[in-house]
Amino acid sequence: MASLKFSLILFGLNLLLRIQAWRYPSFRERLKERDILAQLKTRDGRQGRWYRIRNGRVSSGAGVRNDADVALVFKTAGLAADLLMPPVNQLDQINALKDFNLAMEGDEDAAAWWTQTMMLTQTAGWEYGVDQGNGVTRYTSMTNGGPVFVYEKGGRIIRITPIVFDDTDPEPWTIEARGKTFTPPRKSSLAAHGQNWKSMVYSPDRLLKPLKRVDFDPDGDRNPRNRGKSGYEEISWDEALDIVANEIKRQKREHGPGAIAMSHGSHHTWGNIGYYLSAAFRFINAVGMTRVHHNPDSWEGWYWGAVHHWGQSLRVGQCETYGTVEDLMKESEMVVFWSSNPEGTSGAYGAFEGAIRRQWLKDLDIEIVHIDPFYNDTAQMLGGKWIAPKPTTDTALALAIAHVWIEEGLYDKEFVETKTLGFDVWKAYVMGDEDGVAKTPEWQEAETGVPAKTVRALARNWGRKKTYLGAGGWGNGHGGACRNPTGIQWARVMVCLIAMQGIGKPGVNMGNLQWGTPVDANFYFPGYAEGGMSGDLHHTAMAVELYQRMPQLPSMNTNDQQIPRLQLPEAILEGKAEGYIWDGKSIEAQFNKISYPKPGYSKVHMLYKYGGSIFGTMSDTNRHVEMYRSPELEFIVNQSIWNEGEAKFADIILPACTNMERPDISEWAALGGYAHHGQTQLNHRVVVFQHKVIEPLGESKSDFRIFHELAMRLGLGAYFSEGMSELDWAKREFDASDLPKIVKWKDFIKRGYVVIPNNPEGVKDPVSWRWFYEGRKKDVPEPMPLPSDYTEEYLKGLQTQSGLIEFECQSLKRYDPDDTERPPIVKYRPAYEGPSNPDLAARYPIQLITPHPRYSFHTQGDGKDTFLNDIEDHRVLVDGRYYWTLRISAADAAARGIGHHDLVKVHNDRGAVICAAHVTRRLPEGVCHGYESCAVYEPAGEIGNSVDLGGCLNQLTPPRSQLKKGHSMGSSAAMVEMELWDGSPEINRAPTEPDAAVFTPEPVPAE
Amino acid sequence: MSKWNLIVDVANCTNCNLCVLACHDEHVGNAFPGYSEEMPKHGHKWIEIDRRERGAGPMVDVAFLPRMCQHCDDAPCMEKAENGAITKRDDGIVLIDPVKAKGQRHLVDACPYGAIWWNEEKQVPQAWTFDAHLLDDGWAEPRAVTVCATAALRSVKVDDAEMQRMVREEGLEELRPDLGTKPRVWYKNLHRFTKAFIGGSVEADAGGNVDCVEGARVTLHSNGTQIAETATDVYGDFKFDHLDPDSGAYRVEIAADGHPAKSVDVTLGESTYLGEIRL
Repeated sequence: MASLKFSLILFGLNLLLRIQAWRYPSFRERLKERDILAQLKTRDGRQGRWYRIRNGRVSSGAGVRNDADVALVFKTAGLAADLLMPPVNQLDQINALKDFNLAMEGDEDAAAWWTQTMMLTQTAGWEYGVDQGNGVTRYTSMTNGGPVFVYEKGGRIIRITPIVFDDTDPEPWTIEARGKTFTPPRKSSLAAHGQNWKSMVYSPDRLLKPLKRVDFDPDGDRNPRNRGKSGYEEISWDEALDIVANEIKRQKREHGPGAIAMSHGSHHTWGNIGYYLSAAFRFINAVGMTRVHHNPDSWEGWYWGAVHHWGQSLRVGQCETYGTVEDLMKESEMVVFWSSNPEGTSGAYGAFEGAIRRQWLKDLDIEIVHIDPFYNDTAQMLGGKWIAPKPTTDTALALAIAHVWIEEGLYDKEFVETKTLGFDVWKAYVMGDEDGVAKTPEWQEAETGVPAKTVRALARNWGRKKTYLGAGGWGNGHGGACRNPTGIQWARVMVCLIAMQGIGKPGVNMGNLQWGTPVDANFYFPGYAEGGMSGDLHHTAMAVELYQRMPQLPSMNTNDQQIPRLQLPEAILEGKAEGYIWDGKSIEAQFNKISYPKPGYSKVHMLYKYGGSIFGTMSDTNRHVEMYRSPELEFIVNQSIWNEGEAKFADIILPACTNMERPDISEWAALGGYAHHGQTQLNHRVVVFQHKVIEPLGESKSDFRIFHELAMRLGLGAYFSEGMSELDWAKREFDASDLPKIVKWKDFIKRGYVVIPNNPEGVKDPVSWRWFYEGRKKDVPEPMPLPSDYTEEYLKGLQTQSGLIEFECQSLKRYDPDDTERPPIVKYRPAYEGPSNPDLAARYPIQLITPHPRYSFHTQGDGKDTFLNDIEDHRVLVDGRYYWTLRISAADAAARGIGHHDLVKVHNDRGAVICAAHVTRRLPEGVCHGYESCAVYEPAGEIGNSVDLGGCLNQLTPPRSQLKKGHSMGSSAAMVEMELWDGSPEINRAPTEPDAAVFTPEPVPAE
Repeated sequence: MSKWNLIVDVANCTNCNLCVLACHDEHVGNAFPGYSEEMPKHGHKWIEIDRRERGAGPMVDVAFLPRMCQHCDDAPCMEKAENGAITKRDDGIVLIDPVKAKGQRHLVDACPYGAIWWNEEKQVPQAWTFDAHLLDDGWAEPRAVTVCATAALRSVKVDDAEMQRMVREEGLEELRPDLGTKPRVWYKNLHRFTKAFIGGSVEADAGGNVDCVEGARVTLHSNGTQIAETATDVYGDFKFDHLDPDSGAYRVEIAADGHPAKSVDVTLGESTYLGEIRL
């Protein structure tokens, strides 16, 4: 019976190949690509059928031939019939592979072509996009800045717009608060970098062909010192891929495990299959590479600091935010935005979804305070009281608020008594009983520059009003002051302040209306951090849910060597590096130290770099420039969409295409993992089928295809792809999600998007922290912390040892109670790079703050001759070049004779960057402001040792970890000087005094 | 006869530049025969955002004003156009014909709003078309409006009587009423851009420290007449807005329980923050 069924299926495949070729020209063309003799058979060779494709024609016969190019071998006919009978059961297929019941014979290339052709018989007839008439088709895609309609005509993208929902899409939610009804508009919003995408796709800086540095000879002289200087020649894909594959083999053969390092940016073009956490991770793991371990770059202070007070390690130290939009609107009387500029950072992935909600604050007559050295975009939009502490001094201001609350009894004593631990220890420090210094408003004034009276007025007002604390762009973290040299203190003291006010009480919580909308959080669609097709259960969040829903071959990097990313240059140039792990599984996981080189491993001699973001996003990045030119790195390959940043320092450049040129699937703002339910930033949950709108430009290819073709050269092709194309993988992810419950695949891929319906009437997420405030079991829909991290009973209390919010952190007491950088209670310690450092302040009196960019995203969208160049707050055209914009105060400009849009050199011992001055009243004297994440590095003279015309302000930022026992950037505030640029390429450092790095700040003494 | 109008709320504009970028996206690389030639990739801003910073730290506010072709009913550019190169459509939209306007560089100077741009490559003057090509194709609104996430831009197609009612009820203004061009672009909260404020922060000794004075009665006087009254907030801050810049001498009088009254004289140029005022 099984045998007959197998025969029929095999015969059916023969018919299917012919029918699909007859029906679909695309499939007809596919069959013309190559001649092949393929075989499907049982392992005993007794049953099977062969298929010959020659000149696009299919012939087939029963039986088993021994001259087949490729053979799919099933253990038995019964198994074959089960596996091949539609609908295909993915888990059965994967299990058959894992149990060696199914095997592939033949060369990689032929096998891949044949399996993907078989898959194409299922997909060839699928229709994509909505016809708009006049030859225009409307497709959909997802950008890091929001979902989009993409209009195509004649193979060209003509326009990109937000998605305007129609009558068939579900109704949005409404919130009733204080007698008014609020509902969001029926459309998606976009960040500037999302609207910029057409010019990014058609940028003249697109890499369209594989390139080889002209003086790089893999078999001869490699001239590493010429990286960044020498030009490139075009080579074929075959030559490029052969060089890379051969070099991978040579590195492993000659140096052993560890010799190849992979370094990727923190972000990628959107799409769950093509994301770096997906295809790239599967490839990295399959090859075995030294990981360049990321620091939690936008969450530093929360992860290394706040975690010890309230747990939340799986959220990188940020707390839960469910239900807070409605609670804030109904209950709160004031919002304090502390280093919080959601209009400037778009919630990272949330476009302008939160802006409309924050505008409702005015309708609700809720008081607003902004604490930020820069009168930021949210302050500009909302108004309110602006308080501008000197960068890095916020903790002193916060301590003074606590002092007022304690002295005047303006805090929730019952909550502090019953829900927190160690308040008395911290109180003794705040009041001065510990060190003789009372942290009064007068005390903080000398540090922060904020008048004592203002702090007292704020403290009293806050202590009397139900107040939300919005810290960082998300309101519970992300960006802002947590990334500067005192970021750990700041995040810690934010927890202490909200704990004093009784977090979880109606109207008292963390948030700024960015997270916590009433969308349906229970509907499952995986976020990017869930790892897509990576099979990686260790370094993605796949194990939580996606792995069960989307069975796939697991992948594991057997190479345990890791380099802490902040010390990548030291690892290469000095041969050693040390750091600590970002691992959210527990509070204590961050105490795990990593050292490079790891005993028994090779040092790194090859770098596989994904994109070109490091010079713009890391700190003191002239170190990285130097690293790239080191002979220690025998080979550097860069896989990049655009020729920018350090892509220009590679030996081989592989041109990747954008996400408009390949199929993928994703949900807007769905992060998963460390930012679980990021969709609660949105007014509507939107899942998109990312159409392949146009063919890849030039010879560029999707990352998936590049990895697949390299994998085939390493014999890993079938393992990498599981015989499937990226389209097939996208379908697998659709099937793995809850989407099939509400939309048919064919409708989804045609229309391109689906809006997830809202919760039924009367069903909504509980408000975060309310359970804690009321002493109940945790009831918000998040799977963290892990079960063993509860102290007494599951779901009772927090992840901390006491289960309470700990003013005195037991984890730090256990780990290192004497660490002056991170003592068990939070204290103010002036920044190692800040105005209290006397030598630095004398030579470099200006504080440069470098927040996340407003118009670009990481390096995405910047440079590349895109539309963003025309935005004066991003870049300014001066003498034919678009210079990075640096905001400077009117007073500092006047003192230096700098006028609006003059070119200025901003510099310190680390380097010099030329920017266009933007003179403003939005900064106090002594502070300047320019975004980090510039994509352009353009040294005017000697590489790595001359002024940069591109605008990489991170060349000037401190490389030191905020914490010795951590791996934590403190790069968003640096000490600099600035002056009108004289046109010289020389950096001209100020006369050298003892290096800032040796300055060890002490607590501020009493006056 | 219903006609198109654009309403710009200055208080809601955040300088996100999405309208600017959407205009680039729509017109760079795309010619729409009968409506517009391709826009140059750089240098043109058919929608341009002006900036106004008022006051001084810590009492600062910043307003942004999107400025574009005002689609005037008495459009000065139409008068200067040769060959009927600029026309007024029945729906109120003013269009520069990309063929007929070829070579007519003088039209750039004809617009008192600075909203016409010269395309050097194509040799045509260009301006924001209200996306007429899309509206004619059934789109509900221009792209700048769709992409605006902060309700700073709104387009309405109503008859002129209805529009006049909205102007009255919503306090809409013309950008430059002095020009008399009868624009179809209306501005809300224009004072954030055109008017000035006088503000200050009231403080007093309190138990050995200095504290903000909340609830002080502050009055504003001009030519001996009280013209406005307010009270200080918890930070001691007060602010009188909607004043004309360069409008001369004012006196601010402050009265708070338990403190002697105080007055401050100020000659208003642009917005002025008087700083800390100690009672």
